[in-house]
Amino acid sequence: MIQEFKKIWKQYAITMLWLLGLLWPLLGIHPDGTLSFKQTVNVWSYIFAGTFICFIFYIINKSGNFEFFTKPVVNTSQKLGDIVQAMPSWIWKSALLIGAIIYPILTGRYPTDVVINVLLYICLGLGLYVVVGLAGMLDLGHIAFYGVGAYTYAILNVQYGIGFWVCFPLAGLTACIAGCIVGYPTLRMRGDYLAIVTLGFGEIVRIILNNWMSLTNGPNGILGVKTIGILRPVMENGLTFEIFWVKKLEYFYYFALALAILTIIAVTRINFSRIGRALEAIREDETAAELMGVNTFYYKLLAYAMGAVFAGFAGALFAARMKFVSPESFTFLESVMVLSMVVLGGMSSIPGIILGVIALIVLPEVFRELESYRMLVFGLTMIIMMLFRPSGLIAAKRKKMMETKS
Amino acid sequence: MSAQPILELKNVHSGYGSIKALKDVSLKIYPGEVVAIIGANGAGKSTTLMTICGIVPLEKGDIFYNGASVKNIAPEKLPPLGLCQVPEGRRIFPRLTVEENLILGAFYRNDKPEIQRDIEHVYSLFPVLGERNRQKGGTLSGGEQQMLAIGRALMTKPKVLLLDEPSLGLAPIIIHQIFDIIADINRNQGTTILLVEQNANLALQAATRGYVLETGQITLEDKASSLLHNPEIRKAYLGE
Ligand SMILES: Nc1ncnc2c1ncn2[C@@H]1O[C@H](COP(=O)(O)OP(=O)(O)OP(=O)(O)O)[C@@H](O)[C@H]1O
Ligand SMILES: [Mg+2]
Repeated sequence: MIQEFKKIWKQYAITMLWLLGLLWPLLGIHPDGTLSFKQTVNVWSYIFAGTFICFIFYIINKSGNFEFFTKPVVNTSQKLGDIVQAMPSWIWKSALLIGAIIYPILTGRYPTDVVINVLLYICLGLGLYVVVGLAGMLDLGHIAFYGVGAYTYAILNVQYGIGFWVCFPLAGLTACIAGCIVGYPTLRMRGDYLAIVTLGFGEIVRIILNNWMSLTNGPNGILGVKTIGILRPVMENGLTFEIFWVKKLEYFYYFALALAILTIIAVTRINFSRIGRALEAIREDETAAELMGVNTFYYKLLAYAMGAVFAGFAGALFAARMKFVSPESFTFLESVMVLSMVVLGGMSSIPGIILGVIALIVLPEVFRELESYRMLVFGLTMIIMMLFRPSGLIAAKRKKMMETKS
Repeated sequence: MSAQPILELKNVHSGYGSIKALKDVSLKIYPGEVVAIIGANGAGKSTTLMTICGIVPLEKGDIFYNGASVKNIAPEKLPPLGLCQVPEGRRIFPRLTVEENLILGAFYRNDKPEIQRDIEHVYSLFPVLGERNRQKGGTLSGGEQQMLAIGRALMTKPKVLLLDEPSLGLAPIIIHQIFDIIADINRNQGTTILLVEQNANLALQAATRGYVLETGQITLEDKASSLLHNPEIRKAYLGE
């Protein structure tokens, strides 16, 4: 035990000092120019006390004094894992689905709203996964396609009175065209350059939305976007149909859920298809992929277009829910957020990315209580997650060859 | 050698912008041959292979495969025609498994049962790949990676296989093993082989004919055995 302690106490001490150094500028420097130390030391001592207990437990655990307790726990959890693995996947899939369906009934308006957000971001994250995770092209402007989709619906609806179901595929189409427009000139670039160009593209789209007053109403945004309308049969005086506007949040939730499920299915199919294989080869070594007969130009463009389409669909739904769009919603920070979800999710596993989305949207809501420490705790959680799960929350399982039906 | 060459380079010039790496290179490779190109570092050997595959753009001259010009054919169209390269430094897909690497070699094909048979064939040539079929390519040893690179190229069912320095960085015993298999591929499958090597001794022993490339130009062409006994070659490339 002493040995274990000797090994790491220095690291621990340095970490705590480093934390103190980080905390002070955050808490000790006040806007009016005065400096204080008391609050910093206070907060720090709480953290110190907390981590010190963890530290002690860590050492005891390392030196094996907890084995009487941890061994059976690990064993049972392994057994449980085996049982879950052995279960046919439709059981837990349908359990999840049922859970998702009854969720808005069980909870209130606010939790439903948060989960709608999660569902839309799942579409964004999985779209970006095709570009970043599969094809390995760093895209820092993905939110632009979301914006293009949202504005397509908003403009067509408010200015021309076209309904959601016509605009929805059009939103996908315009986003796809936008994807090809960025994709085409950037296909010869790699790594850093590509990141800068996509970042620029995202900003260009936002600035166009902001400045093209006659079309987009500039920074004021477009108000009065109609929600989704569906035809509902009515049995009064014979069978007629009336338009039913999806106004209630719970009903809207189901549309978002449907889109997210469709996206998950589509991206899973892509992942395990010939296209997915080609994109992975391009990510690994573009020249080698070309030598093996992969049309790298075509597949890279396809990756961009597909990623954009999912974002465009989600954008249309976003506009229908908010009934309002403005350039504010499509800033660079949002792109970074989506990218963080993909990275946190492990870049290459679909369940991981879904978990990443949930973490990045739900955690800030949970930490809302902590007010000004919210972002600090959030950042800390991120760091801890990356420390303990460097390859993402759920690392990708390598696909088995014969599962890849084509 | 009266038959039509399966691969022919006619006065090929190519390079990287202002760097002219190949100046007027002409080669003829006949069906069933093993041809070696030997030359020092930077002579333009890899550039020759990359130009044949369309990765490095051709500036002047023409390349014929099976009698037809492939000058304007995109690189990814060549494996379906039966022309495939094992590039220098292996360039396998490191984060894909051995099996996935092999499947990518068969990218243009969609004859599933046949692909499965060919994978088994590669495993029979290189049993170690079969044992490690679920391991990621990047975690293989250098020799295993070279085997995987060759196996991956075999999955394209090549009629002409271009090999760039298959002996690079490998222990003599592994080199022997790999060259045995190259000879086997040539003999049993009738695959024509164009072999690029710095190790002239090795290459000329494996080859039927050889070319010597010096700073982007062919300076000598002869039967491999004659090159092997050519005093100048022995002096320049075999360290005597
Ligand atoms: N991507 C590149 N950009 C610019 N110049 C290059 C590039 N690749 C190769 N060259 C140059 O082209 C010439 C020929 O290079 P090449 O790689 O074909 O040589 P090589 O014969 O294969 O050498 P080695 O035996 O070391 O592999 C060299 O002078 C090299 O510096
Ligand atoms: Mg070379």
